[in-house]
Amino acid sequence: MSAFLSRRALLKRLGGGLLVAVLGPRVLAQRESGRGGQRQGGNVPQNLAAWLHIGADGVATVYTGKVEVGQNARTALSQSVAEELCVSVASVKMVMGDTDLCPFDQGTFGSRTTPAMMPQIRRAAATARETLLELAAKKMGVERSALRAENGKVFRLIGSNGAEFSYAELAREIPPDLVIPSEVKLTPASEWKTMGKPTTKVTGRAIVTGTHGYTVDHKLPGMLYAKVLRPLALKAELVSANTSEAEKLEGVRIVRDGNFLAVAAPTARLADKALITIKSDWKETPQPSNKELVGILRGSEAPATEAMPAAAKQLKASYMCPFIAHVPLEPRAAVADWDGKKMTVYTGTQRPFGVRGEVAQALGIPENQVRVIVPDTGSGYGGKHTGDAAVEAARISKALGKPVKLMWTRNEEFTFAYFRPAGVVDLSAGANADGTLAFWNYTNFNSGGAGLNSPYAVENPRQLFKQADSPLRQGSYRALASTFNHFARETAMDELAVACGMDPLAFRVKNLRNERLLAVLQAAAEKFGWGKTKPAEGRGYGLACGMEKGGYVANVVEVQADKNAGQVRVMRCVTVFECGAVVNPLHCENQVVGSVIQGMGGALFEEIEFENGRITNGWMSRYRVPRYTDVPQQLDTILLDRKDLPSAGAGECAIVAIAPAIGNAIFAATGERLRSLPLRFST
Amino acid sequence: MGQSIELLVNGSKRSVNAGPDDFLLEILRDDLGLPGSKFGCGEGECGACTVIVDGAHTKSCILPLSAVEGKAIRTVESLANGETLSPLQDAFVEEDAMQCGYCVSGMLMAATALLEKNKNPSEREIRDHMRGNICRCCAYPRMVKAIQRAAKTMRGEKS
Repeated sequence: MSAFLSRRALLKRLGGGLLVAVLGPRVLAQRESGRGGQRQGGNVPQNLAAWLHIGADGVATVYTGKVEVGQNARTALSQSVAEELCVSVASVKMVMGDTDLCPFDQGTFGSRTTPAMMPQIRRAAATARETLLELAAKKMGVERSALRAENGKVFRLIGSNGAEFSYAELAREIPPDLVIPSEVKLTPASEWKTMGKPTTKVTGRAIVTGTHGYTVDHKLPGMLYAKVLRPLALKAELVSANTSEAEKLEGVRIVRDGNFLAVAAPTARLADKALITIKSDWKETPQPSNKELVGILRGSEAPATEAMPAAAKQLKASYMCPFIAHVPLEPRAAVADWDGKKMTVYTGTQRPFGVRGEVAQALGIPENQVRVIVPDTGSGYGGKHTGDAAVEAARISKALGKPVKLMWTRNEEFTFAYFRPAGVVDLSAGANADGTLAFWNYTNFNSGGAGLNSPYAVENPRQLFKQADSPLRQGSYRALASTFNHFARETAMDELAVACGMDPLAFRVKNLRNERLLAVLQAAAEKFGWGKTKPAEGRGYGLACGMEKGGYVANVVEVQADKNAGQVRVMRCVTVFECGAVVNPLHCENQVVGSVIQGMGGALFEEIEFENGRITNGWMSRYRVPRYTDVPQQLDTILLDRKDLPSAGAGECAIVAIAPAIGNAIFAATGERLRSLPLRFST
Repeated sequence: MGQSIELLVNGSKRSVNAGPDDFLLEILRDDLGLPGSKFGCGEGECGACTVIVDGAHTKSCILPLSAVEGKAIRTVESLANGETLSPLQDAFVEEDAMQCGYCVSGMLMAATALLEKNKNPSEREIRDHMRGNICRCCAYPRMVKAIQRAAKTMRGEKS
């Protein structure tokens, strides 16, 4: 069945009888995202029917290619539809990330859901609402202006004679080819009744009862559990493999295709047992270790020898960050089902349409014979853009003609998934005697261009990004290179402030013109009491600010640092965040707090260690991530709700300032300037 | 395979075709139709698989069946009483103590074990007890709040 027919058949069952818009997706090239702009691909339809359907039960079903990975898109998008359609959140059903049912979408990344998808479905909902009002007006023989819509019903504003219509009754008459106009009036933030509210997650109950179905929870009749034979080193090629012992085990099947060798069995434990029996030989290639990383990233670029421009204070410094892992708690997984004509894959990915293309390409079948469905997923943080597990499961399923479940182990996650790029920043900068910036020459090797451009006023800044030949697979991460670029820049600004004998807050304020950035910085300093108290012995205060994807963040922290003991503890952390009009203050705060604490990991603990193609710390026991006991005793988080500004996303920005704030506080406490992540004292 | 082991899970005797060396998590999820406990690491480090065995919270991904024969195993599926959520489940929902939710089953079991032993844990005691459970989305502050809220409810105090 083609995608077109299956959608129509589904709608017939729903009882709406609306025509299905023909979706014309295009194949997206498979490549890791995070290197700047994404290629536009696919046609995004503007027929109402492609986006929203009101059923006979009055439930508004909305289709979006965005997915839920813990960033609360499902709830926020539901609120936005409920707002414009004038219904309760409970009567909105979001169908997310299903390539058969949902309009084409590039992917859930870049903090685009709030600024781009939300207005799209709000326009659809508002169009539906207005159409329902017009239909009711005709039936009642009144002007549309005499009516209002509320709670799924249309009735008269004044002088009701009891006549009212439910959406369910009216929806049958919505023209099936109705197009959403490009200009649709949306409810301004000052009038929000449903948006702007701290609605709890619509899936809360399912999650706490353990009944929410993540990818790995899906079970299909006759399903086999699969394991892929992995090399001991990255880039190794399979020379030979002896599967004779595995083949003797009852129920075990083998799939082999070049370097790709997998076992499948009726239970996961049997698949594990079978895998261990396989004797394999691999041809390895020598590869570097993380000890050589800085040299590799700079490549053949010789350090700049030209004299720095004259300035009262000069700074020449290099900063460094390692590869780090996303560590999504749900390892990537897929359940693939080949029925002879169509491949259906359940998988947790941020790019369902991209993964559809990857699977189609891997199997050599057209895209319309592949359906990708993304259950609400156990997180991504930018690490689940590609369809690794999906392609593997699909290959095995097609080869065996059976449904296949494949889940990566944690070690596979740490080894074969892509990392946040490592980076080096070489900087030379100068300040004038009055504390204004004199010059700024900044080169980022390998980590990326996100957050490269400094918001501080300086004439002719030179800001370059140079791609290196990365020794490890790398790709997108929460806020991308903005994490490292902010670390380098905000540390450097602190170093210049110290050189000028100026307070770090005053130095930044002097050089900042961006009002929104100034607002969060000053609010954070105010909340913290910056300048009001002196830290106790062994403690220090530090601050940093930044902007990313339409959001603005500032952190002020107090750390306790002991160089001899090699210990750093964040005792207190103030975060101020602003992203325009806040759609859901509860979830916005959750994302901001989550970003800050996750950022503490990149600041203090996280580093991928590798040698000769092996990730030597690729286990949960060896790669430290923030835990309950790492959360600062005192955590103050303030959201500046700018109802006068369009809503931006909040999933990424808040991670960018915490690392430099901590680094600056460590300097204040110990006099030790740390320019590498993770921040640790060299012993 | 012919092997069979009897387990006591959520108050019921359950028989499974598995050996003493097989790990409890997979048996719960795949054999006993209890997928609420989750796989996160297979090392006993992240706590997504946390269950309660004879009153103590423990990581089921590294727990061989031989270690739980004859013992009372409880999973997240045992917390609710029909449609009524436990005070902890309710508190997690009300406090929105979750983001992607994948760690929540484990969090609830670890916290349930805590509150069954300590009716009025301090914040420090909560953090120390829960330290074995990772939330990668870092929803920790709300989880602490939820546990405190549930403790209050269970003590009969009004929120």
